[in-house]
Amino acid sequence: MGGMEAGPVDLAEHDYAPWEKRVDAILRLLSAPQRKILRVDELRRGIEELGPGAYDELSYYERWIASISNLLIEKGVITIDELGRKMAEVEARHEAERTKGGKA
Amino acid sequence: MSAPRFPLGAAVRIRRAWPPGHVRAPWYLRGCAGVICHQVGEFGNPEEMAYGRYDGAKLMLYRVRFRQRDIWPDYKGPTRDTLDVEVYDNWLEPVEKEEAV
Amino acid sequence: MSDSHGHSHPHHQPHPFQPDIEDAPLTHYQLLELAVGELLMEKGIFSGDEFRRTLEDIDSRNPGDGAKVVARAWTDPAFKERLLADTNAAAAELGVDAGTIPIMTVENTPDVHNVIVCTLCSCYPRLLLGLPPDWYKSRAYRSRVVREPRSVLAEFGTTVPDDAEVRVHDSTAELRYLVLPMRPEGTEGMTEQELAGLVTRDCMIGVTLPNDSPS
Repeated sequence: MGGMEAGPVDLAEHDYAPWEKRVDAILRLLSAPQRKILRVDELRRGIEELGPGAYDELSYYERWIASISNLLIEKGVITIDELGRKMAEVEARHEAERTKGGKA
Repeated sequence: MSAPRFPLGAAVRIRRAWPPGHVRAPWYLRGCAGVICHQVGEFGNPEEMAYGRYDGAKLMLYRVRFRQRDIWPDYKGPTRDTLDVEVYDNWLEPVEKEEAV
Repeated sequence: MSDSHGHSHPHHQPHPFQPDIEDAPLTHYQLLELAVGELLMEKGIFSGDEFRRTLEDIDSRNPGDGAKVVARAWTDPAFKERLLADTNAAAAELGVDAGTIPIMTVENTPDVHNVIVCTLCSCYPRLLLGLPPDWYKSRAYRSRVVREPRSVLAEFGTTVPDDAEVRVHDSTAELRYLVLPMRPEGTEGMTEQELAGLVTRDCMIGVTLPNDSPS
């Protein structure tokens, strides 16, 4: 990316959302010396392999969690099947929380 | 650990090569010449580590200093401005004496 | 590039397992994060305690740790030499655990002004400075600071004289970088703590100079 044309630097900052910090925590735990399940080089490669649209369409931590997930699948730490089921379970749980107590 | 190929102050060039895959030598510096300003130490080759191959031979990592005017033909700042990057040994070739700057 | 999704902000909650309760459904990536986290804990890759402690550690890291190190270097020349030789070890002397990734301190002088970037991803000394600002990770900063550093510095309100060298460090491999700014003039009477108060995150990245008086 160095040297390419770009506009002025936007100095606005955002507070990190809890989900973003949790991605960072997952990343640190997985790459920690005592675990070394994923290496930083692999994570970087994983982001590069998300494709050219990733920088425009995905935010920083979206790219990281996408890379982490792909690598964990690639290495057989988790399976696509269990990930899909868990995502559906989490979504259902969240929807139940979100709608309880509000709607008749 | 083997002795570093390049001593401090050696004139080096980043190879002009454009392979796909995970490479840490920045595109904007391919083919540029600079000088070794630091021998950082030996590390696993990221081009191997990135693909799950962790146990291969380590590579010497250097810091190389470039003059900005040698990187960007239209560099607008003073000629004294520089840029330092870390480059692995496999991306460096010696600059021939007659072209050394 | 903004990381927010335009909906109401997620509420902070103490328990790392629960989803952010917001008005909006979770995005695909938020679902991914929650699902991956839960699966990894179910498989015993790490425990809930370790997850929580890591989150607390992330929250505890802030530029104050870097500022402490800079202020000590300003007041103790022998410490400064140790800092330049081995930044992680020097930080540890002050009770700051800067981790295992080697950090290199680059010293500003009247002849050289240093500025840091990672054009390839967004490497940053997170354990000394906390999480990086959005602009550090932006396409604009990463593309332009290697090519036109003085223009980018000007956008931060910083001018380096033409007779000084601007040296850009691109964190391309294994090191992370900390800029040791010059101690501002007129600060001779200040305590180390007061000096640390002058040291901002941005001056340790190199895009600004430290304050010369308390703000």
